[in-house]
Parts: sequence; structure tokens; C-alpha cells
Amino acid sequence: MASMRDIKRRKTSIQSTQQITKAMKLVSTVKLQRAKTRAERSKAYFNCMYETIKGIIKRTGHIDHPYIVRSESEKKAVVVITSNRGLAGGYNSNIVKLVGAADWGKDDIFVYAIGKKGRDILKRRGYTIKEDYSEVINEPLYSDAVEIAGALLKAYENQEVGEIWMAYTGFKNTVSHIPTLIKLLPVDDTDIDLSGEEDDADSKVRSVMNYEPEETEALEMIIPKYMASLIYGALIEAVASENGARMQAMDSATSNAEEMIGTLELQYNRARQGHITQELTEIIGGAEALSN
Amino acid sequence: MADERAFALKIITPDRVFYEGEAIMVEFRTTEGEIGVLKNHIPLTCVVAPGVLRIRENDTEIKTAALLSGFVEILQDSVTILAEIVEWPDEIDVDRANEARVRAERRLAEKAESTNLRRAELALQRSVARIEAVKK
Repeated sequence: MASMRDIKRRKTSIQSTQQITKAMKLVSTVKLQRAKTRAERSKAYFNCMYETIKGIIKRTGHIDHPYIVRSESEKKAVVVITSNRGLAGGYNSNIVKLVGAADWGKDDIFVYAIGKKGRDILKRRGYTIKEDYSEVINEPLYSDAVEIAGALLKAYENQEVGEIWMAYTGFKNTVSHIPTLIKLLPVDDTDIDLSGEEDDADSKVRSVMNYEPEETEALEMIIPKYMASLIYGALIEAVASENGARMQAMDSATSNAEEMIGTLELQYNRARQGHITQELTEIIGGAEALSN
Repeated sequence: MADERAFALKIITPDRVFYEGEAIMVEFRTTEGEIGVLKNHIPLTCVVAPGVLRIRENDTEIKTAALLSGFVEILQDSVTILAEIVEWPDEIDVDRANEARVRAERRLAEKAESTNLRRAELALQRSVARIEAVKK
């Protein structure tokens, strides 16, 4: 059995770890609250944007525009949104797993990394990191999203890549975060129409919609905004998810520490008792030896 | 507010709901020119060019703002502006806008090969829109 001093040292060390995890949990709870309100506020914009794009594509049907029609290039650009810091449970590895599970050859992918953790893991596994925007995730701004969308569109227009995908962690609520992989470009009417089958009055109004400038031109101006808003939405949700995941991870770390401290406490007391008993036996034994 | 001419106006930016309420007329600039929208406009989607946004809430109350980019969806009884950048006059830094204007004008006048003319022109339009929104 370990000595009393060893057990005590172990207990103190776990206690100080617990203090740290507790503090980290508090910090991420506060950050989560902030990120959550931000995510909720940006949702209105995103939904409206999605409806409009859907409306345009529904109405125009098959138009011969590079943003809609699949291009020939086999390469894919993948925006991978992870965090800059670890200790967030499975948050980062889930995203990396998601990218790995997709049916793509490593050589066909250009990774646009947002978040150091994902970038490092993917790099180690032999993926090509085309751009790195890891600074962005600390405090995502809309202008950052515009910049990233611009770089992606440029690669797309130059035929360097034929498809643009994005892997991020969707924020459903505080405890449930869903790693998501979505296609940004080309905008397939198959992707878009699936959720909009019900032809209600609202879509009827939209079907007589006029466009100024006309559809194709409007599409060309709106698609970059659409991309930027998708990326921005994903960034905001990812930040909320990151803090949610870290909060959960730190919460279970804290309770694990609690449990370990309990066990060590028991061991310590047992060792102390054993020590006292032993001492007593020695004294009694000694006294008896003398009186004889 | 039982004004028959009123329609629902919503201005949303990626970060917040900028404006939500009723208006009887809203004016702004699109890529095709300035337009003013009243109730029962035909359904129209248009792309915003940098300019001044005027919201006429009733016969006396007019609100102005600088609307710099985004697009607008007009339906019969509602108008939704998806704005990437929109600012109330009191949020605008006039000195900075003035400076930006001078800088953009200079760049346009120089016509150096390295300058991106379209970008400079957009920057000029933006700064002018900001300055005008404050003046009104």
C-alpha cells in the first residue's frame, strides 16, 4: 500500500487539477452564453438568405451558370472549422473523422483550415492545407467570412476546384452538437428542393417574383453573399459548439476528479488507521517485553 | 398605426435585426438605380448599391441610414432587406468616411496600374453614401 505521504501528494495534485477544470468550465459557460445569443441573432439572416436562393433556383430551373452546373475539375475544396484550443472532448476529432469518412481521395482535397487543431491533425494525416484562417475562430467577423468566401470562389472560378464543401459543428442546443458536412457549391437544385416540396401560398408569391437585374446576373451577385453568410453562420455555430463541448468535457473532468479524491481520501484514512494500529501494537509489545 | 398604406419592413444584418416595424415608404439605391417602394409593389428581388436608405414611417417621421451592400426582397405587403452593411447615422465615423473618400478619389485620379478601379470606385461610393446619410 502506498505511504500516507504519497497518497496525500496525489490528492493535492488532483485537487488543483480540479480547480483548473472547474474554472475552465465556468469560463466556457460564460462564453457559450455569448456565442449562443450571437448564433440566434444571425439565424434570421441566414434563413432569409436561404429562402431567397431557393426561390431563385426554383424559378429559374436549369440555367447554365457555373455556380449551378457541376464543373469538370475533380478536386474539392473543404472548409474545415475546428478550434484553436483543445480540451473540448471529441469536438475536434469528430470533425476530422467526418472529413476522413467522406469518400474522397486525400489528393483530391484542398483543405481551407479554420482552427489550429483540425489543421494540425489533417496535416499529419497527409492532407493538403491550402489556406489557413485559424485566427478567425477566436472572434469571427462577417468580413472574415466574406474574405474566405472570396478566396473559395476565386479557386472555383479558376477551375482549380470543382466542388466546395464545409465541415463544421452545428449547434442544436447546449448539450447537442452535430458535426455537419455540407456542400456549398455548386448549388444543386436537388439539394435545395428537398426541403421545399410543400407548395404553400408563400412560394406562390415567390414564383411570380421579378428580378432586377435579371436572374442569372442577380444570382451571380447573390451567390457570393450566400456563401459568406453560410460560412459566417457556420463559424458562429462552431464557436458556440466549441464552448458547449468544452463545458461538458470540463464538467465531467471535474466530477471525475471529485470521485478520485473520494477514493484517495478513503485510502488515506485507511493507511492512517493502519499506521496508528501498528504503532500501538509496537508500544504494547515493547512494554510487555520490558515487564517480563 | 392603422395606416392603410403601411407595410412590414424588416432589415436584417448577419449580426442583428437592424430594423423591424411598419413603414409607408422605403427608398434606397439598387444596382439599376434608385427606387422607392410603396405598399402593393410587384414582387421584386434586387441587389443593393451603396446609397442612403430612407424609411418613411408615417407622414412626419423619416429615418435615414447608410445601406452599403446586400439585397432586397419586395413582396406585396412586406419588404425584407438582407443587408451586409447598414449603419445608422450616429454609428458612422464622419472623419473616417471623409478620409476614405479622399483616398478613393486620389486612387481613381492616379489610375496607377496596381489599383483595382472597381474596388476604388466601390470604396468611393460607400464613403459618399456614409457622408450623405449623416448630412440628412
